[in-house]
Amino acid sequence: MDVLPAGPEALLVDLDGLDAVAAVGAALRDALDRGDLPGVVDVVPAARTVLVTAPGSRDALRAVRTLLEHVDPADVPERREAGTVELPVVYDGEDLELVARDAGWSADEVVAAHTGAELTVAFGGFAPGFAYLAGLPEALQQPRLDTPRPRIPSGSVGVAGEFGGVYPRTSPGGWRLIGRLTDDAPTLFDPDRDPPALLVPGTTVRFRDAGRP
Amino acid sequence: MTRELVVTEVGPQALVVDRGRPGWAHIGVPPAGALDGPAHALAQRLVGNPPDAAGLEILLGGLGLRATAATTVALTGPPGGLRIRRGDDRERAAASHQPVHLAAGDVVVVPPPTSGLRGYLAVGGGIVVDEVLGSRSADTLSGLGPAPLEAGARLPVGAPTTIPPVGTGALGVSAAPDAVRVRLHLGPRADWVDDAAERLRAGTWTVAPTGDRVGVRLEGPALERAAARRGEELRSEGLVGGAVQVPPDGQPVVFLADHPTTGGYPVVGVVDPAELAAFAQLRPGSSVRFSPLVIPPV
Repeated sequence: MDVLPAGPEALLVDLDGLDAVAAVGAALRDALDRGDLPGVVDVVPAARTVLVTAPGSRDALRAVRTLLEHVDPADVPERREAGTVELPVVYDGEDLELVARDAGWSADEVVAAHTGAELTVAFGGFAPGFAYLAGLPEALQQPRLDTPRPRIPSGSVGVAGEFGGVYPRTSPGGWRLIGRLTDDAPTLFDPDRDPPALLVPGTTVRFRDAGRP
Repeated sequence: MTRELVVTEVGPQALVVDRGRPGWAHIGVPPAGALDGPAHALAQRLVGNPPDAAGLEILLGGLGLRATAATTVALTGPPGGLRIRRGDDRERAAASHQPVHLAAGDVVVVPPPTSGLRGYLAVGGGIVVDEVLGSRSADTLSGLGPAPLEAGARLPVGAPTTIPPVGTGALGVSAAPDAVRVRLHLGPRADWVDDAAERLRAGTWTVAPTGDRVGVRLEGPALERAAARRGEELRSEGLVGGAVQVPPDGQPVVFLADHPTTGGYPVVGVVDPAELAAFAQLRPGSSVRFSPLVIPPV
């Protein structure tokens, strides 16, 4: 675990894998929720890092350093009360054939692998409510498109690198798209809901084949 | 009568802003909020509002507002003035950086500033559009918060809670600079840039014309990838405001309030938070130099 400065008001904890991110991210988030880290504003887990911000409070960053000395990055938290979310998908994505070809599978096999996987929310980011889902079958871990699309409809289901994801709202993006959520799928982001994001770290996500259009 | 400001005209961009919505980066929500925080805070004080009140951020003027009830406004940011129209024939000028009283029906117009980019207009009682995740700020990246102002929009104004300060003499205000030197705290990825401290200390960059509330792109000497990191790909990681990111072309980007919460290019350093507001006012073509610093560990 390396702790790097990110300006005078933040630290970036550099880790060697998603499990370590889950362990450190959960320890910091839990301490923040318990009120043990006054002055800390953001705890932002990502693929190999956790960013902690504390504007105007070097004391808060010192408390974070102290806490980190007592966190075991190998101590991956149990899945929390976040629970399981099932997302119904129409598998008609623009890149389904491309993903199938690169996987060496048929489109049906891609759907079977995607619906058969038990994914876990590793972290959020990119756009409000967007969750990076770990646990994708290896054949579906494929590169981004060379040229991002300027407009991806909300609910699009995609893969990129080691992660799966769903676009919560219309946005640009470079993920390979294999399908889209049905209209009656749960809302991924609602600022008036607590919590606003449906998919928080630790949540188990399963995709269900909702049939062809 | 309902206290409102009715938008009569808009320039390039006018947004409702407050101190933003920090604390939601882990679900992809940018901090947003006034780019020139000190100017926004001063405007709120001048009309007697608490510091968390919402006002307007006005890019290059051009905004007109009609007050439906008597109220007090104040414009801050680069020095400039307001024009107040009463009825059809009477127009008067009012200075920036002081409380200005409006009668019901008055139209206040914010002209383009002669230096800098963004003015901040506060109104007594604050603008009380609905909060989203604890903030009334527009967010140009995610679309959260109120939409950018358009002619005809009606902005609800709260009841003033205090009397504006009296005896506020003219504040000394100087033109927004067109050249700055800012402190840059190296890291977290300074080691990804070849000879980062020296290159940053020596170079002069120019503000590109594409800047917005997400970030300001700088043009100048390319910051090259350190030999030891060539071919390596950084995974996306959390970003802070003021982060100076170095994309593959080596032209740095300084992230501002509507920045994405994560980014995949190395961040060579972070502009000192006390100096970041300068980037709200730097016009394209302005020059930027850095004073790189190594942060003592906490």
